Amino acid sequence: MALKTFFGGVHPKDYKSFSKDSKLEHSPLPAKVIISLSQHIGGLASPIIKVGDTVKTGQKIAEPSGFVSIPMHSSISGKVKAIERFTHPSGAVVTGIEIESDGKDEWIDLIDEKDFISLPPDEMKNRIAEAGICGMGGAGFPTHVKISPPKDTKIDTVILNGVECEPYLTADYRIMLEKPEEILNGLKILMKVVGATNGVIGIEENKPDAIKIMSDIVKNEPNIRVQGLKLKYPQGAEKQLIYASTGRKVPNKGGLPSAVNVVVNNVATAIAVYNAVRYKKPLIERVVTITGSIVKKPSNLICRIGTCFSELLSHCEGTSEPIAKVISGGPMMGFAINSIEVPVTKTSSGMILLNDKEAIADREHTCLRCGRCVDVCPLNLMPSFIASAVKYEDLQMAEKSGVMDCMKCGSCAYVCPAHIKLIQWIDIGKNKITALRRANQK
Amino acid sequence: MNSNTQGRIYNVSASPHLHDSTNVKNVMWNVVLALMPALIVGIYFFGFRALALTIYSILAAVITEAIILFLRKKPIVINDGSAIVTGILVAFNIHAGVPWWIPVVGSVFAIAIGKHTFGGLGNNLMNPALLGRAFLVASWPTHMTSAWVSTKLGSINGMVINNANNISSQITSATPLAVAKTLRNDIFIQSLGENGQSQANDIFQYLTDFPSLMNMFFGNIGGCIGEVSAIALLIGALFLLIKHIIEWRIPFFYLATVFVLTYIFGGLNGQFPASINVPIFHLLSGGLMLGAFFMATDMVTSPVSKRGRIIFAIGCGILTVVIRLVGGYPEGVSYSILIMNLFVPLIDRFSIPKAFGEVK
Repeated sequence: MALKTFFGGVHPKDYKSFSKDSKLEHSPLPAKVIISLSQHIGGLASPIIKVGDTVKTGQKIAEPSGFVSIPMHSSISGKVKAIERFTHPSGAVVTGIEIESDGKDEWIDLIDEKDFISLPPDEMKNRIAEAGICGMGGAGFPTHVKISPPKDTKIDTVILNGVECEPYLTADYRIMLEKPEEILNGLKILMKVVGATNGVIGIEENKPDAIKIMSDIVKNEPNIRVQGLKLKYPQGAEKQLIYASTGRKVPNKGGLPSAVNVVVNNVATAIAVYNAVRYKKPLIERVVTITGSIVKKPSNLICRIGTCFSELLSHCEGTSEPIAKVISGGPMMGFAINSIEVPVTKTSSGMILLNDKEAIADREHTCLRCGRCVDVCPLNLMPSFIASAVKYEDLQMAEKSGVMDCMKCGSCAYVCPAHIKLIQWIDIGKNKITALRRANQK
Repeated sequence: MNSNTQGRIYNVSASPHLHDSTNVKNVMWNVVLALMPALIVGIYFFGFRALALTIYSILAAVITEAIILFLRKKPIVINDGSAIVTGILVAFNIHAGVPWWIPVVGSVFAIAIGKHTFGGLGNNLMNPALLGRAFLVASWPTHMTSAWVSTKLGSINGMVINNANNISSQITSATPLAVAKTLRNDIFIQSLGENGQSQANDIFQYLTDFPSLMNMFFGNIGGCIGEVSAIALLIGALFLLIKHIIEWRIPFFYLATVFVLTYIFGGLNGQFPASINVPIFHLLSGGLMLGAFFMATDMVTSPVSKRGRIIFAIGCGILTVVIRLVGGYPEGVSYSILIMNLFVPLIDRFSIPKAFGEVK
């Protein structure tokens, strides 16, 4: 099988060895959970319970606020203790629902639709929307929206993203090893919903055993193939994955994968889809990698959404050295958080703990114009130009240089010898331009 | 206070939270390292005078840098190595027969005027070392172009003394390129007498012959301290290419342009030379290797995009050949790079790469 890839990109050390051999393991039922109302892209969910209510595991506690939004479900049984503002793993402060566990973990009634694959696509889509599923790879785009392309668009291929190109993280890797049938069933459901004839599972070459297991499982599926991909960051970025596995280029300036007749979903999302369609089970748990050189027992934990990172860390027996920096998500695109008292959300793929030496904090030098950022940009933008345009508040120039196209993969800042905080500048530019556009609309 | 604001507060920063091992300092020190083979060869052929001049040049550059950073109230980061690189490159661009103050003045000019008047490292428009050299050539042309030191192995211009016809003794030019230039001079050819043109052809033939080319390849020729040895420069360049400090496009397209143009027009009277040795002679002579790998590739003064780098390199190549073959100077590398440096902002503007999946 020929390995495929995209142009640009970087080769960070993968640091996966800490946790890659730790089998999936259920973390203990938490004493409380905080269900954030913003775990996805789109409108905030709105609570349908009040403080003092008793809830069961899997009970819907917040309704979506529109089409591009998702419902939230309680991940434990117990009592609603508070609805207030909590720190979100992205660092923002967002309203969340705090639930105190009664320790019983009483579930709502689930079903078991053995012949789930024969369900009509609309029913499948309903169940997916009802289960509150959003992309679990990181961005968190509501899945039912993703699989509802514009009417005149024909989707022919569903790609499952098992690339996990972020260093350190091993959550997707472990589920591919341990839950391959569920992934395959999820893929079949997604293919049926969008009417696609082809399924592709993209996996990077540094996970040969995952490639083998997934290839074995799709052996008898003529329309589904496993695509091995070269080890390069950001191989798992949506546009790069589509290009590598189908040769199609998603148009820039806000183009969606559906424009090239493709839908991409994460392998973890596929499992959630399978559980939603077969069992009507809402998305209330996910796999989180707790790792880092200082974590005593790096693990891949199946934990309830809303569990505090601090509880997961104590399950991993804490750290051997003082923590200097905590990252929620991967080290390239994740958020540094100032506290580990934040809840797991539907998009939390991991928590990485760094010591003093690993937490880089370098002074920004003037740009040397070396052009490395341009060489590695997988979207062919000129990051240094964007950064300086933003710095000197020339938003027009920033926009012309493609600031809104940037997916913030961080390859440019990773290689910059002057240690310019390119992503920070780009983020500032994106926010300023978005604010301007909103003001102009009014 | 709710529970999630308790506990220790950790460092935060924008992503990414990983970085490869490069920084400005190790980029610069790697360049210094890459220049060492050429320096060693320079010392071998021109003696310790070459080393002394290089040291004067480095000291002048570093001290000037420190003083100006102090006056500009900036952190004095002379250990970042950038002034050292400039100092070495200034010394590499002068020959070993100059008085001690020549490299000193060159380096002071390079750092003070070439670099800091524009805002310091990262902001200079032109290569500081080349600007220093241009200043020296304009101000002290006699020092810069006479009293060349012959190499220890006795060959001043790549030609073995007392060769066939005993003609080389009539040629006082110190570098192979200067010899080639002289051979295009009608007055000189007339001075050779009746069969002047055929003698000139013989000399040119000898100049581009294999033994001469080998002398040029190893550096056994007259020239500036750091430019003579192609092999030493190539070793350093290979190191920088492997380290991803320079990119192949600029040197490749620069050398390729010179090769193609001199292959077409490189003959004595501007005609097709019919010998592959002529373009090779042009690649190995003068400051081309040093310029293509170490000066034109200067990241601050070259374009940012790949397409821009190609345009820049081809421009350097064309100018170099034009100056060498029809201009007034025997060598055109430094001026062509300086001229192209000035076009970089324009090139950058018109070579913005097409974004992935670009739609209009």
